[in-house]
Amino acid sequence: MKRYRVAIAGGSGYAGGELLRLLLRHPGVQLVAISSRSQAGRSVYKIHPNLRGATELKFSRPEELEPVELLFTALPHGRVMRQIEFFMSRAERIVDLSADFRLKDPRDYPSYYGYEHRRPELLKEFVYGLPELHREEIKGAHLVAVPGCTAAAAITPLKPLTEQFGVKLVVVDAKVGSSAAGAAASPAGHHPERAGVVRSFKPTGHRHLAEMKQELDPHDRISLNFSPHAVEMVRGILSTSHVFLEDDYDERTIWQCYLEAYGQEPFVRLVKERTGLYRYPEPKLLLGTNFCDIGFERDARTGRLVVISALDNLTKGAAGQAVQCMNLMLGLDERLGLNEWGFHPV
Amino acid sequence: MIACPECGSKLTIADDVVQNEIVECESCGVELEVTNLTPLQVELAPEEQEDWGE
Repeated sequence: MKRYRVAIAGGSGYAGGELLRLLLRHPGVQLVAISSRSQAGRSVYKIHPNLRGATELKFSRPEELEPVELLFTALPHGRVMRQIEFFMSRAERIVDLSADFRLKDPRDYPSYYGYEHRRPELLKEFVYGLPELHREEIKGAHLVAVPGCTAAAAITPLKPLTEQFGVKLVVVDAKVGSSAAGAAASPAGHHPERAGVVRSFKPTGHRHLAEMKQELDPHDRISLNFSPHAVEMVRGILSTSHVFLEDDYDERTIWQCYLEAYGQEPFVRLVKERTGLYRYPEPKLLLGTNFCDIGFERDARTGRLVVISALDNLTKGAAGQAVQCMNLMLGLDERLGLNEWGFHPV
Repeated sequence: MIACPECGSKLTIADDVVQNEIVECESCGVELEVTNLTPLQVELAPEEQEDWGE
């Protein structure tokens, strides 16, 4: 089997570490370099200690990156668009894990991210890297932007509904683990402050809402709302979406909608059980996996549809999604290197 | 061929199924009880109630 030469630019963060974990065991690629300006020269296991013994790679300086067939960029928001020429000179294909090329409308960047986009002409060149929605585009793409983690957790379960039904109102309430805030220290993440919280940190106007609008409601017909909460988890997202449809549908119709959309998807599972301990999606069962689990229940009294989804923010919410996109871009089996089941109990 | 009462998908049930056997829908995973053999009929299996100290 041919092994494609790949590299990671900006590999000292949590998403970079998760990419490493997945790529080092991937049979279709050879990870030749991982760069980090702050950690250059150090063995990668010093920063990602779970990978002790897995590789002899050391972090390199970004400018030392040799040409590769595919480059992952896992830098803080705002950096990739400044260096995109350099990265494009080093790789035929780029999978960007930052927010820099997720949005198609450059006006959304000052609104949601607080900065003007440096390369707005490239925004349309990047494919939004959600394979369940854009598989065929990703297959032919050279530039892919991986969705935000809470955006992926909301868009994936909601898209079949917005496609098939008239939707009036959606309120997405997400519970998010601390690793979604990144590896950099902050007062909010300091253990005495973070431990035990159920913190509403952005009740309105969260950045990922821009992606949800773009993918679910491009014509601005739905009242789409998003409120995330920081909770006592390190990894994982549980997203509960309260959906109000224009017409009332029974649960069988909703089942058929999801089975039609996702019945054959390798990384989407429908979870709606009448018995057992885990009747609806549960993020802790998905740690390290590339699954997005989706469940639902219709409120017979009001007609409200409660849609529950879960994923690991670092895997299906970032690095796993990126590897799935890479597989599609390189013509590999989409599932390659992602055949991980969760733990139980954990 | 009968439909799953939960999700509406067509059920595949073995010829040698017996009365009151619990079978699963291949599409949604719901457990169904075979309540009649001729004609074949199924109902949702009894549900385990959940109350975690509410």
